[in-house]
Amino acid sequence: MEKTANTKTKQIITSEDVHLYYGSFEALHGIDLNFGEHEIAALIGPSGCGKSTYLRCLNRMNDLIPGVKITGSIELEGNDIYAPKVDVVELRKRVGMVFQQPNPFPFSVYENVAYGLRLAGVRDKSLLDERVETSLKQAAIWDEVKDNLYDSALSFSGGQQQRICVARVLAVQPEVVLLDEPTSALDPISSAKIEDTLLNIRDKYTIIIVTHNMQQASRISDRTAFLLNGNLVEYDKTEKLFMNPEKEETSDYLNGKFG
Amino acid sequence: MEGIKSETEDKLKMDGIKKELRNPSKATHQDYFGKAISYICITLVGCLVLSILYFITTRGVATFTENHVNLWAFLSGTNWNPGMLDSHGQPEVGALPMIVTSFCVTVLAALVATPFALGVALFMTEISPQKGTRFLQPVIELLVGIPSVVYGFIGLSVIVPLIRHAFGGTGFGILAGTIVLFVMVLPTITSLSIDSIRSVPMYYRSASLALGATRWQTIHKVVLRAATPGILTAIIFGMARAFGEALAVQMVIGNATLMPHGLLTPSSTLTSQLTTGIGNTTMGTLPNNALWSLALILLLMSLVFNVLVRFIGKRGSMKNEFKSCK
Repeated sequence: MEKTANTKTKQIITSEDVHLYYGSFEALHGIDLNFGEHEIAALIGPSGCGKSTYLRCLNRMNDLIPGVKITGSIELEGNDIYAPKVDVVELRKRVGMVFQQPNPFPFSVYENVAYGLRLAGVRDKSLLDERVETSLKQAAIWDEVKDNLYDSALSFSGGQQQRICVARVLAVQPEVVLLDEPTSALDPISSAKIEDTLLNIRDKYTIIIVTHNMQQASRISDRTAFLLNGNLVEYDKTEKLFMNPEKEETSDYLNGKFG
Repeated sequence: MEGIKSETEDKLKMDGIKKELRNPSKATHQDYFGKAISYICITLVGCLVLSILYFITTRGVATFTENHVNLWAFLSGTNWNPGMLDSHGQPEVGALPMIVTSFCVTVLAALVATPFALGVALFMTEISPQKGTRFLQPVIELLVGIPSVVYGFIGLSVIVPLIRHAFGGTGFGILAGTIVLFVMVLPTITSLSIDSIRSVPMYYRSASLALGATRWQTIHKVVLRAATPGILTAIIFGMARAFGEALAVQMVIGNATLMPHGLLTPSSTLTSQLTTGIGNTTMGTLPNNALWSLALILLLMSLVFNVLVRFIGKRGSMKNEFKSCK
């Protein structure tokens, strides 16, 4: 079952034996995870299990934290992203990220979404307009902001801000979108809208989402990885992992025995 | 007999309670006392400010009311010689040269200092926070602490001769004043800019970097943009300081009440003219009143700077309110 699924979908990110140290503290004890193209993968686990830390390895956001050391290999379409020659800026354009707190810039909605394009040197006004509109539509926020495109993005609600942030990432047209607990600061209705957004875009993007919310993982993801104390406990098709987990820790966590 | 006695005792007891209830307790008295002290202090400070305003205004206005100098002539005239009368029998009190010079040194000093201040501020906040704070913070604090007469003295003995050798002339003038003021306003603008850049939330930076921005793009397009109100406030504070600085400027500006024809000709600012002239005039005479009018212009300008700072600060905070209320 597992094998056939693997042969069907192309693996876009493969990681092998990823260890991460904050100074002398080992936060990740060797993680092997592969992500298939155009799939939604969810990372679940209790707080402090290393799921966000692992996610941030995939676009090298951990580089910003002093004293971090990473060993093992992470490959994006067969290229090691930690190789010395890799252009981090280019990598982050291909692997976008949405954060836990909605963090739009204090600019207008339009400028927020156009930000990445302007960085890439896009000047053509009509192209900018078109990409901004497409991205906002993909993020299912277009109808709510189309009349206020030039208002400050901060004047919208948290859920709307988060979808603007999703649109901002999509505008750059990355291959992979990482989401670090994107709905944990939002109310259920806004969360549902974000989930719909993700389901809408999955045929174009590979999505990896860290979530605290197990129902969310089971609703939207194709595959789920369960992490515990910096170890990967189980990684399988979401249905299988939730209905029939192989490991006892997984079933204990899913049944709320801890975490 | 007994009944009467107990009745009087009861009455006495009741009186005691009544007295206690009707008169304020010790704690209440302390409260009153504390309140009174702070109100007295506020009143004193308020009186002080009001009397300074009143004093400068009445004196400054006296030039126009008592000595009947035309306000426009005062603001646009270019001859300053309050003791003399011109060919029309009018006193020569044209303040334009001082006003122009004051604005020139202020604006130039701010223009020159801002890029340096931003550079230092960015180094200390974005590029090398640890080293920057360890080595540059003390330097900036030291620059603030140096008395202005020392700056003036260094200007007089180093900068003025340097300019004289490089460009000819006396060396005194707007250029020398600008250079001295540049050093004096640099720490003000730097430390206020640092505060404002530091207050830009970390998550703006991560968001920008995660979108594939380089560090410089992030600084330039997000951090500096978000910190703009604070940086403008810093520049205006610096300009207020430059505009009001008297001693150091007086030592290098040349103190000739002439319309400046370039950066190298001796001239005079409002403040330097005040410090030079105020000891040589008699209270109540026109020359004295004219100086008070210069002081009034200074006062009004510092008011304008204050209003600008408040206005910009308000616009900056409005942005934040937006976020918290929605």
